[in-house]
Amino acid sequence: MDSVFAAIVQAPEDPILGVTVAYNKDQSPVKLNLGVGAYRTEEGKPLVLNVVRKAEQLLVNDQYRVKEYLPILGLAEFNKLSAKLILGDDSPAIQRNRVATAQCLSGTGSLRVGAEFLAKHYHEHTIYIPQPSWGNHLKVFTMAGLSVKTYSYYDPTTRGLNFRGLLEDLGAAPAGAVVLLHACAHNPTGVDPTVEQWEQIRKLIRSKGLLPFFDSAYQGFASGSLDADAQPVRMFVADGGECFIAQSYAKNMGLYGERVGALSIVCKAADVASRVESQLKLVIRPMYSNPPIHGASIASTILKNSDMYNEWKIELKAMADRIISMRKQLFDALTAKGTPGDWSHIIKQIGMFTFTGLNGDQVAFMTKEYHIYMTSDGRISMAGLSSGTVPHLADAIHAAVTRAS
Amino acid sequence: MASSVLSLASAGPSASLSSNGIEKGKLNLGNCFKKEKTNLFLKTKSVGRISMVVASDVSRFEGITMAPPDPILGVSEAFKADNHELKLNLGVGAYRTEELQPYVLDVVKKADKLLLEKGENREYLPIEGLAAFNKVTAELLFGADNPVIKQQRVATVQGLSGTGSLRLAAALIERYFPGAKVLISSPTWGNHKNIFNDARVPWSEYRYYDPKTVGLDFEGMIADIKEAPEGSFILLHGCAHNPTGIDPTPEQWETIADVIQEKNHIPFFDIAYQGFASGSLDTDAASVRMFVARGMEVIAAQSYSKNLGLYAERIGAINVVCSSSDDAARVKSQLKRIARPMYSNPPVHGARIVASVVGDAALFKEWNAEMEMMAGRIMNVRQKLFDSLSSKDKSGKDWSFVLRQIGMFSFTGLNKAQCDNMTNKWHVYMTKDGRISLAGLSLAKCEYLADAIIDSYHNVS
Repeated sequence: MDSVFAAIVQAPEDPILGVTVAYNKDQSPVKLNLGVGAYRTEEGKPLVLNVVRKAEQLLVNDQYRVKEYLPILGLAEFNKLSAKLILGDDSPAIQRNRVATAQCLSGTGSLRVGAEFLAKHYHEHTIYIPQPSWGNHLKVFTMAGLSVKTYSYYDPTTRGLNFRGLLEDLGAAPAGAVVLLHACAHNPTGVDPTVEQWEQIRKLIRSKGLLPFFDSAYQGFASGSLDADAQPVRMFVADGGECFIAQSYAKNMGLYGERVGALSIVCKAADVASRVESQLKLVIRPMYSNPPIHGASIASTILKNSDMYNEWKIELKAMADRIISMRKQLFDALTAKGTPGDWSHIIKQIGMFTFTGLNGDQVAFMTKEYHIYMTSDGRISMAGLSSGTVPHLADAIHAAVTRAS
Repeated sequence: MASSVLSLASAGPSASLSSNGIEKGKLNLGNCFKKEKTNLFLKTKSVGRISMVVASDVSRFEGITMAPPDPILGVSEAFKADNHELKLNLGVGAYRTEELQPYVLDVVKKADKLLLEKGENREYLPIEGLAAFNKVTAELLFGADNPVIKQQRVATVQGLSGTGSLRLAAALIERYFPGAKVLISSPTWGNHKNIFNDARVPWSEYRYYDPKTVGLDFEGMIADIKEAPEGSFILLHGCAHNPTGIDPTPEQWETIADVIQEKNHIPFFDIAYQGFASGSLDTDAASVRMFVARGMEVIAAQSYSKNLGLYAERIGAINVVCSSSDDAARVKSQLKRIARPMYSNPPVHGARIVASVVGDAALFKEWNAEMEMMAGRIMNVRQKLFDSLSSKDKSGKDWSFVLRQIGMFSFTGLNKAQCDNMTNKWHVYMTKDGRISLAGLSLAKCEYLADAIIDSYHNVS
């Protein structure tokens, strides 16, 4: 019998997650997975934070806990604490009830719900994303019904920020267009604007009436400080303007698979926030009805308990510090080997990822000859490195750069 | 170089079409800019808009209206706000004990403890979800020995409970069967329409509920399915129809399958109550299995919200039974492609609970016993309600539909005004379509409810 699904073709493997699929198939003992941005310990193992285990123990011991449906917008306590985390405990926007928050499925879910909301309720359906950006951004926004354009961001010659290009491109955007901003630790480049540059970006965005949409996936994970990593977002909120914020707890709490995140929409007035909130429910209900309880309960438990919150900050800083240390070690190794080129971007860039500047051919070579798994744009996840594996990576990069093409 | 551009764009309505053709007007107030504190200057935009200094700060979302409360979930909110001592919440379909408390299954508590002890990592699941979960969920629905499983002809993807699984399927239909319609029962679960609307899949209704008999309008159902354009998707409730509680008989299911095959329609099952309806997982899966046994290609969305009480964990699956394993592999890859830009990968916790319970013989047996207990309590409550109604109502009205209906819900046959009376006079909370959740009813409250129903039915029109 002919299938009704006969016309359906095989979809290509997701480029980022597909790297892990390929890695798993490789039998080499020296293989290295620098693909997905998931933190690894010095021993190369995934990490469940101690404070997360503690929180779970508390939840399991609570005999009154039930598994009833959460409200459509999720766990109220979690939403309040999430908004405070990104905006600051004393945020006037929160105090004045100008923030509508919905618990969503990690960063992706928060972005998608926000984008669907914009497609439904906002008159401008164009969103500008940096060039390059996380591979899934384009798909998320397109599927939500927005049209995606790019603004200049990465400068391959300096392996840093193309600030002039950024200002020009955003300056040319139509009034009201949405602009995606990586709050910190830009993915995939690791290149962030300085505080002064952020201020100029803010002024430009406000003067053109562009709508900022922050993707905050690394708060605390980039510099080790929750407040420092939230600064760009807070600058925008402090000027009284509106913005969208997608938060993820995948990396900073290590809750990847639990899918914990939040979408906050900062509005000019409380009554607007209240109406926005009601409309968010109509976006979420036909998508998945209400969000999953487990991860949000863990996050909430940690955020509201000051001892656990402090413990979390310490574990978070340890993760960030280890990554910063890997950057230094890789840079030193390449310097020691005399690998041609300027590799200082490795220590200038911030967060989980480094945009090495290696091209597709070089990446393919490294995978084939050295069993290094990474995305073809030259991005490596520093979180996947250890002191023990840095030398192997340095060898691979050196070989890739120096081989005759 | 920052520049201050101050202009008041003209407002204009913009319309959007929902997939069933209703135009929605949206009024947008354009952009009003905050006054810069320094270096004010005016600029005339090249498109000819007049610029002027704006003093007010208007939100770009000022035009957004307050959405109406969700009809189903809104009932619980209204119930909470009521302080009357005799109030009864027969709104949301969440199981309650005889003491009207939420219930976490013992096997789930055990599984939660086990998982904590195991201390597994929290890495991202693959986009399609936990492999161990996908395996057991398909086996549970189709039977472990089912040839379709052995032949790898089922594409299974973990989804966000029933809603999320339905949404994935709806997106698949929109993308690969453009213009194809989904036929949904009249009435059906309120969120079905929202799901297909948001997924931009056109839908229409087939007759289902017969208010005269408070039963199934079987002829109407068959006629409407026959009339639908060939290759339509027919949404069927596998068991315990929501909101009516009215299920086709096995013979009627065979006829439904005949008609669907005749018209080359695709059966699309929503199975939210497997094991919860009759108490038996196999009995409740009989309808789906019969279609599959005929060699038909079938879509089936599953939920573990009710039968494992995992409501808030959001655990379910979408299954697509295809003609070949190659078709199944391709379909699965496309379902993944839909999930990735929606939430990347599904939540791990609920999936691990299900996999633990179903994968362990002792826990699985315990689960079956707890499910029988839950289904049994509902059947007892139905009996008591029927007995109360029959003995109290002297009009001779036939209340036996309460016993014929199955599952968590009963369609009382009450109209909106009568439902309002239930709430306003008797403090009984239910959805306006006349649906009551038996799961929220205790034996102790059956007589009170019977009084309320009899009063509303006879004294309110």
